[in-house]
Amino acid sequence: MRQRRHARVGVVATLTAAVMAVLATAIPVTSAGAATETCGKGADTVGFIFVGPKNDYGYNQAAYDGAMALKKKFPKLKVLTAENVPENDDATRVMESMVSKGAKIIFATSYGHLDPALKVAAKHPDVCVVQQGNFIKGNVPDNAGTYFGTVYEPVYLAGIAAGKATKSNKLGYVYALPIPQTIANINAFALGAQSVNPDAKVYTVATSAWCDPSKQADAANSLISQGVDVITQHQDCTSTITKIANDKGVGVVGYHADASALAPKTWITGSQWEWAPLYGDIVKTILAGKFTGSEYNDNYRVGYKTGSNPFVQSPYGKSVTADTKALIADKLKEISTTGSPFAGPVKTQSGGTMFPAGDIPDYAAIEAANTQFVQGVVGDLPKS
Amino acid sequence: MSFSTELMTGAVLGGTPILYAALGESISERAGVINLGTEGSMLVGALAGYAITAESGNPWVGLAGAALGGALLSSVHGFFVLWRKTNQLATGLVVLFLALGLTSLFGVNYVQSTINSFQTIDVPLLSKIPVIGEVLFQQTAPVYVSYALVPLLWLFLFRSRPGLYVRAAGERAQVLTSYGRPVRLVQMLAVIGGGALAGIGGGVLSTAYTNAWFENMVQGRGFVAVAVAVFAARSPFKVMAGAYLFGGAFALSPLLQVRGVGINQFALDALPYVLVIVVLTVIGRRGTSPAPEGLQAVFEGGASE
Repeated sequence: MRQRRHARVGVVATLTAAVMAVLATAIPVTSAGAATETCGKGADTVGFIFVGPKNDYGYNQAAYDGAMALKKKFPKLKVLTAENVPENDDATRVMESMVSKGAKIIFATSYGHLDPALKVAAKHPDVCVVQQGNFIKGNVPDNAGTYFGTVYEPVYLAGIAAGKATKSNKLGYVYALPIPQTIANINAFALGAQSVNPDAKVYTVATSAWCDPSKQADAANSLISQGVDVITQHQDCTSTITKIANDKGVGVVGYHADASALAPKTWITGSQWEWAPLYGDIVKTILAGKFTGSEYNDNYRVGYKTGSNPFVQSPYGKSVTADTKALIADKLKEISTTGSPFAGPVKTQSGGTMFPAGDIPDYAAIEAANTQFVQGVVGDLPKS
Repeated sequence: MSFSTELMTGAVLGGTPILYAALGESISERAGVINLGTEGSMLVGALAGYAITAESGNPWVGLAGAALGGALLSSVHGFFVLWRKTNQLATGLVVLFLALGLTSLFGVNYVQSTINSFQTIDVPLLSKIPVIGEVLFQQTAPVYVSYALVPLLWLFLFRSRPGLYVRAAGERAQVLTSYGRPVRLVQMLAVIGGGALAGIGGGVLSTAYTNAWFENMVQGRGFVAVAVAVFAARSPFKVMAGAYLFGGAFALSPLLQVRGVGINQFALDALPYVLVIVVLTVIGRRGTSPAPEGLQAVFEGGASE
């Protein structure tokens, strides 16, 4: 994801990269083998690169946990990992170094790792390179692909729990920047809440930073003093808002990770990453020599409707009633089959039509439409 | 809570870490040493405060550790600037980058820790006063300590002999020398004391304000503190006003956003920094040059003496 670049650029990252670069140049790079029928068949080593630290309580940690799960699933597979890999040519060198150590499968897990990953893929036709969260425009090479989940689906379900929990009908959403993925999350959260509580409104605060705890504290305090009694967020680091909400008796809906331990009093639910099943299936496909031409040799997007979404619901807090849980289970079934969080009619903030009544938009249509807020969201997106 | 009460409360809350750091920088600059590493001392203080609170369970112990950490880092600055005669501005930046690297490296293990943080304490009687009570007396303990620190520092600087030495070191080092006082030692102690206060500022950020540690979490507030010290003429009461002004500028954006006021978020983000420029322009126009004599050489490109 693009945001990590801003949040994680630090001296440590630079130092790590520098060391990696030295290592990479010190080790002769194996020349690209003759074009093989398919990449990664029978590979014994897989490499993972992460843009941030492996224990960030968020995005990178989830990817790292997914990589470690591969070890259990494929005991003979060697798993190489590199943290704090910047989204530039340093990433290319780190991946080259992994290839020279025998990696035939590479997972590049950050949004900005796509271009370096494609360079490595072009140089090594025998190596499968998959990238997390970005989109390959134009022709997809035989040995490359991207994959991601549909994050707004569990966020919609969490919105239902929030809509049921609120007494003031005011929900709070702290976000960083108005990128499409975030807008879709805020809208899905509002639509979920409104599906059970038509009066629910979502008050938004943008911090313009993926991890600035002071701004998060200001945002949370402002929302709470406006009477918001359930708060959620789309930030890289999530503990500040979670703890403030818990201290002030305000409900918490999490993001990225299960932070229920930080809010024992007020945790409601949330959404979190669970990459292991998808990573496992991608590796299985590659080992069998079936990558080229498979769904992963493409821009693969998986949601509740099409498979196992790597973005899942977090555990419920103790305040959530059995009725609410049952309601959410029904909705999950519905959006996994015939429904959608954005099932029409959906109105925009200014009263226009986002999706007409009866419309069940597909994933591509939803991605395209989320450039503005839906009705019931309080806040202003910067005009571009 | 009304808009203005909320804004003022936010100004004190967000202004307090800046206040501590700017008071520290004021002492250092009074002695003739500019420390751009203040941001670094805040970072070290934020991590030390958080980590030691996590280990000890007591935020006061954490804050003491924050002071120690900030002091240690600033002593590196002091050593190079005073004994190796390096350029003050460049050294400060190097020290900041050192702190960024070290805190990222050692802080990783504390990202997931939880702490027993400072809680809001309503001062009996005083907190019941309309507006003033809400703004000033429903805060955390380190905020109350800062109320006492400001007049104490003023007394130290302007009414005590050691304070006189500090100012003399920055204004007329020869005078201090002719009195047989070691100039460099006085300057070093001022730099270390300043670093300790910046460390406390960082500790307040992590243990009383955000209850979290993340790499690079100070996010430029140390530089804001240096700016506050400069335009508040290194005078404790003016520094207090300046710190709250910036606390308010940071707090304004979310206050407007939750009320649905349609102002571009990026314009609001720029507000604190626009404020620095405006204030510096206004002060500059008055034609006063409140900087200590000893600092002028730093700005004119000479090494510190």
